[in-house]
Amino acid sequence: MQPHVVPKSIYFTAAAGLGVLLVLTVVAAQFNLGVWNAPIAVLIALAKAALIVLFFMHVRYGSPLLRVFAAGGFLWLVILFLLMLPDYLTRH
Amino acid sequence: MNTTAHAGHVAHHFDDAEQQYTAAELGMWVFLATEVLFFGGLFAGYAIYRYWYPHEFIEGSHHLDVPLGTINTAILLTSSLTMALAVHAAQTSERRATVRNLVLTLLLGSAFLGIKGYEYYHKYEEHLVPGGNFKIPEKKSAPAATDLSADENRTPPRPEIQASVSSPIELFFSLYFLMTGLHALHMVIGAAILLVLIVAASRGAFTQAYFTPVEMTGLYWHFVDIVWVFLFPLLYLIR
Repeated sequence: MQPHVVPKSIYFTAAAGLGVLLVLTVVAAQFNLGVWNAPIAVLIALAKAALIVLFFMHVRYGSPLLRVFAAGGFLWLVILFLLMLPDYLTRH
Repeated sequence: MNTTAHAGHVAHHFDDAEQQYTAAELGMWVFLATEVLFFGGLFAGYAIYRYWYPHEFIEGSHHLDVPLGTINTAILLTSSLTMALAVHAAQTSERRATVRNLVLTLLLGSAFLGIKGYEYYHKYEEHLVPGGNFKIPEKKSAPAATDLSADENRTPPRPEIQASVSSPIELFFSLYFLMTGLHALHMVIGAAILLVLIVAASRGAFTQAYFTPVEMTGLYWHFVDIVWVFLFPLLYLIR
């Protein structure tokens, strides 16, 4: 079997990107951005997760079937929050 | 596709090594999907309580050590890099590099757990562990942001919560210990698997023809890293 070998340079670039995003999220937390504090923190975390999933976890190089499987877990998490939040956010 | 040369690695119910590898990869992602939902329940609980008690969560967050959390995040992200490099080395049949990168990953993971343990110990000393020992901490956050009594719009504690905790700050720490504790448990399991891999790798078990255990452990390790990527800003960086 011939494995798909991802060049080391891609791993190092992804890791550098993760480092930049880590600094960014810590710096952003020093400013009070009101209601935007949490969404910005979550957005940066999503960007980090995307780098890890696509490159370290090889989803970028995976078959379409593998991508569907990888997206599946995330999809169910989205359903969990989409069904839950309208309830709690509108209850008084 | 090579169906004969490395047949020793292929179980009889698979046609060839590639089919076997694909099955392992898909199975691992199904397991990770269940893990996403396992942690997802805690994140959902976190979202609800943070929505109900924003000021208490800010106050609780100010009692966590941001520099240590940042260092730990950097350590864990670096361990993901060394894990990816271990997979690369196994795929290219570089035995020494495989062992070296797996050992580095284990060391970085252990450093993370060490720092986490140090943080837990300090929380215990500061009476921030929920339970009988818990004391509502002195306020550390900016008064304007978290004057708990002056804010008329804040949600009053729900009766069922008032009965069981001294303050919603205690709820924050319950979630902190549950979420980081479950994460740390995953790290300990990952470290144990890494130990087994290091022994196998040093005996030359992993080559270009068969590296499935290294790649699967990598997927698990990276997933645990992703969980922390969300835990760190949500617990340490609320302002």
